[in-house]
Amino acid sequence: MSMFSHPFMVYALLGGTGIAAACGAVGFFLVLRAQVFTGDALSHVAFTGALAALAFGIDLRVGLFAATIAVALLLGALGRRGRADDVVIGNVFAWILGLGVFFLTVYTTNRSGAGNGSATINVLFGSILGLSSSQAQTALWIGVGVLAALVFIARPLLFATLDEAVAAARGVPVRVLGFVFLALVGAATAEATQAVGALLLLGLVAAPAGTALVLTDRPFRGLGLAIALAVGEMWAGLTLAYFVPRMPPSFSITAVATAVYAAAMIYRWSSRRRAAVRSAATAAAPVHIRVAEPVATADTVSV
Amino acid sequence: MPADSGLSWNLLSDIDQMWKLDSMVNAYRAGTIVAVLAAVVGWFVVLRRQTFVAHTVSLAGFPGAAAAVFLGVSASWGYFGFCIGAAAVIAALARSGKGGMAEESALTGIVQSFTLACGMLFVALYKGFLNGVNSLLFGSFLGVTPGDIAVLAVVAVVVLLAMALIGRPLLFASVDPAVADARGVPSRTLSLLFLVLLGATAAEVSQITGSLLVFALLVMPAATAQRITARPGRSLVLSVVFALAVTWFGLGAAYFSPYPIGFWITTFAFGCYLLANLYGFAARWRGAGRRQVAEALGVS
Repeated sequence: MSMFSHPFMVYALLGGTGIAAACGAVGFFLVLRAQVFTGDALSHVAFTGALAALAFGIDLRVGLFAATIAVALLLGALGRRGRADDVVIGNVFAWILGLGVFFLTVYTTNRSGAGNGSATINVLFGSILGLSSSQAQTALWIGVGVLAALVFIARPLLFATLDEAVAAARGVPVRVLGFVFLALVGAATAEATQAVGALLLLGLVAAPAGTALVLTDRPFRGLGLAIALAVGEMWAGLTLAYFVPRMPPSFSITAVATAVYAAAMIYRWSSRRRAAVRSAATAAAPVHIRVAEPVATADTVSV
Repeated sequence: MPADSGLSWNLLSDIDQMWKLDSMVNAYRAGTIVAVLAAVVGWFVVLRRQTFVAHTVSLAGFPGAAAAVFLGVSASWGYFGFCIGAAAVIAALARSGKGGMAEESALTGIVQSFTLACGMLFVALYKGFLNGVNSLLFGSFLGVTPGDIAVLAVVAVVVLLAMALIGRPLLFASVDPAVADARGVPSRTLSLLFLVLLGATAAEVSQITGSLLVFALLVMPAATAQRITARPGRSLVLSVVFALAVTWFGLGAAYFSPYPIGFWITTFAFGCYLLANLYGFAARWRGAGRRQVAEALGVS
């Protein structure tokens, strides 16, 4: 029996593709801007938003999107040039987590009945196999929307990321770009929370992007690679979860992503060693046959 | 919480009544140790801008506990194994220098999501454990035994002694890594050692407070103190004072209200942080005003 004959698998793949593409693209810039902690904070904000929605009895998604996008903009406003300090983020989101616990208590004490315990689990760890047809389509469209918006601002955002001062001097609206980017991160986070859960979506954001940056120094190639890796890891993780039913899909997706990252790290480490051996050999050789060192663009331009 | 635990008009008798309960007395003892330990270690976390790493390491306690329950060993093994393990992985793989920030943040994120995914796996494998997830993440001070407190005190003393030993060079290496390196301070070894101590702290504290609250106690009092004064010694003491006050008031508020300790501690701590920020703004504003007056009067 084929995997695709189960509607829930098809919906999971459909929605998962949109979510993974958005997370991969957003994550690439988050990593490049050293803002992964912002993504982490927003994923926890998503938890609070969802629980607040549950406690007040409104639609879960309203709470998710409202909370993540609002806090994303707040974090942008707190820092200079649309970037907040890690300590500020830590303080804000530790408190928001405390609020999440508050809403959790309100929810579990006011609304008795079945399913209370699993609501937290679903928010925290996701339920991608439980997506309905319409939810999967929404996820896909939101993913495509975030991706399109990000590609649209990719060039100036990249410029602002790599050299903020020069970009600002050239008239790139650095601050506005920071806000737009954070809002996109918020939207992607809110959508991904439904699939892989608040606690694990960081894997989808950080791992493909981290892998891409290990493998290539070219920004646009890296962006494409991050998106492709995220989607591929999502598919592989879902397939794995299908064939090993005891494994929760959130785990298998994250595990695949981590394994790919580890493999990339090992690959770079071994190729560096080989390069070191080669450069030692060339250093011993006469000057005129020495090869120029490859220049790292993203890394060196940023400083 | 007992049903008749609402506040009366007589605060002293209320506190007296609260401390008649052994569980509350134990909670206060544990909370005091936890607050001091977290405030001291957290002060360096904030100084070194390692909040993300601290958050990741403290979350690693959750899968650790889940793994220990699944394997049937003592939860302490799981906490210490996972927290110190996560800290060691980050310390070993993160590289410094150009592009190091971006890469370290990616690495930290991946470590965090993977350890959490492992926690999810253990929870899924060990059915019936689901109800424990909330208390693992958000903690409960109730049910602390005198044995727990003894272990907590020993670990706190060991970690604090180690911090006292490496404190000065670590401060130097945190404030000015380049100069410290040039002076022969082994900053890489120090940062590795510090992360291991952070792991031990997170492991110990999260057994009492839950994984999410450790982070609040690590970061918030220290950030507040460093907002108020730039002097190392003074802000370290302030950070301990804030942590103690926040924990004590949080425990009291949690006892007299239906809402959980995590909410109260984070709310009080965040309130202090906001006030400290306002104070900082006001001080700078006054300073700017005084400078303008001085310029107008022709005094430099």
